[in-house]
Amino acid sequence: MNIYLSDILSNAPMMIVTVTALVVMIVEATHRTKPIITSYVSLAGLVIAALFAVSNLAGEGQSFGEMVRHGGYANFFGTLFCVVAIMTVILSRDYFEQQKYHRGEFYILLLFTTVGMMLIASANDLIILFLGIELMSVCLYVLAGFIRTKERANEAALKYFLLGAFSTGFLLYGIALIYGAVGTTNLLMIQNLFAVVSNNPLFVIGAGLLIIGLAFKVGAVPFHMWVPDVYEGAPTTVTAFMSTGVKAAAFAAFITVFIRTFDFLGGRVNELIALLAAASMILGNIVAIAQTNIKRMLAYSSIAHAGYMLSGIAAGTLDGQVGVMFYLVAYTLMNFGAFAIVSFVERKDDKNLLLDDYIGLSRQQPFLAFLMAVFMFALAGVPPFAGFFGKYYVFFAAIKSQMTWLAIIGVLASLVSAYYYLRVVVLMYFREGHADVVSKPSRTALAVVVVCAVAVLVLGLFPSFIIQVAQRFF
Amino acid sequence: MVPLQAYLILSAIMFIIGAMGVVTRRNAIIVFLSIELMLNSVNLTLVAFSAFFGDATGQVLVFFVMTLAAAEAAVGLAIVIALFRRKQTINLDEINIMKW
Repeated sequence: MNIYLSDILSNAPMMIVTVTALVVMIVEATHRTKPIITSYVSLAGLVIAALFAVSNLAGEGQSFGEMVRHGGYANFFGTLFCVVAIMTVILSRDYFEQQKYHRGEFYILLLFTTVGMMLIASANDLIILFLGIELMSVCLYVLAGFIRTKERANEAALKYFLLGAFSTGFLLYGIALIYGAVGTTNLLMIQNLFAVVSNNPLFVIGAGLLIIGLAFKVGAVPFHMWVPDVYEGAPTTVTAFMSTGVKAAAFAAFITVFIRTFDFLGGRVNELIALLAAASMILGNIVAIAQTNIKRMLAYSSIAHAGYMLSGIAAGTLDGQVGVMFYLVAYTLMNFGAFAIVSFVERKDDKNLLLDDYIGLSRQQPFLAFLMAVFMFALAGVPPFAGFFGKYYVFFAAIKSQMTWLAIIGVLASLVSAYYYLRVVVLMYFREGHADVVSKPSRTALAVVVVCAVAVLVLGLFPSFIIQVAQRFF
Repeated sequence: MVPLQAYLILSAIMFIIGAMGVVTRRNAIIVFLSIELMLNSVNLTLVAFSAFFGDATGQVLVFFVMTLAAAEAAVGLAIVIALFRRKQTINLDEINIMKW
């Protein structure tokens, strides 16, 4: 197998992020005391990569000896990942300055995580899929415990590490059994041989183990135990990154394997995924009500959102895939915005993280409170915002695939969710009392959140744009 | 010659022992060793299939898995050391400031 220049050029976004990460490593070594320089270099690399990814949305093809699929689907997700990484870099600067823990290594790890995520979305071989997931996860274990003087962060990192490595075992065993059943790890070849092998018990067990491994990564019930602890203990900007970009990457893997390749073993597996989806929606939303810490509440809400998206996966059709892809874009924007505001309000040593700390925020920081209200309404799925159409598309896809019960559970669960999302709004606007003094966020950080809010609104008013792009990648 | 089934059964048993170890043991290092056992049982499966098919793909994947296990060991032990410096323990039952 030869590697040609054209292979590298057609995977330009991934290559640019990789090279940026390597450059940043050198910059970090020579400018140890000025992490701000590393942040600018990574920002530049990510912006260029995002531009390349957008410009090459149409050109689909295979490269690196059929190991990688570039363009189209890969670039759709590549753009999303680069945008999330850009927003994380911008927010992290202020956040870590305020936490007094600004280090250049952060950006190296963030860039390598992004490379891993892009590798997942462009995988055309189970080996590449595995490598992408692990490159992403290993960097994330470190990022979760990045503020290593904090006990909570250490605990989060250890829990994430042990459960993540455990789930890797299942994922890998699944890949090994599928390889044993089919004799190849190439996804297109598996797709062609699918009719022959789909009744092979090795293949069925392998697919089941693969579901367990991936369900761990997306944080679906009953494999969700790590989500609240890790989301709470990790630095808030890392949590924002994990709950949006990393979740999107795990769903990209789900779509690649189960919708684009497997065709659901003739419908046996999607019942199982539907059960995971229902359990995630119910448990995530109900437990979120009981939370007093806002990061933990948003963690349970992200479990519930994983459930909504899994119902699109369970539908297993083009509609389901398009619905999930739209939902991922919408969810990324609104959830990132919400976590960004949490990171503005948070103070050193985990202060200002309780829901009660948001009492009276509307009087002290009216604009921040307004933006938070927008994100809360969007997450709850109130119509003018993108969250509503996301839910509409995934539930509609589920109904079309004769899973009306799943859509009903989904709608009821999102009614429950309105309670705890709107509670934040009530606390901010209608409760007397005043929160600790919240300093004004910097202008660039605020711009990121405003962009998220505007995009959530625009996607809600004109959802067809993303839908049309997503429909081309089956 | 040892039949393919023998390898598969052995690796399945190894995998289950590893998974049980993760669930039952409370020392972070032992848990981590159990995870390594799971990964190695997968390696055995891959090599067995690879030899059976006469195809190199499985063995290539084994090399990647071994590399990953090394990287994971480095990161994992670093996390364990960071935690031990704070808490003077690596017993998972005592690592519980966050709970619902």
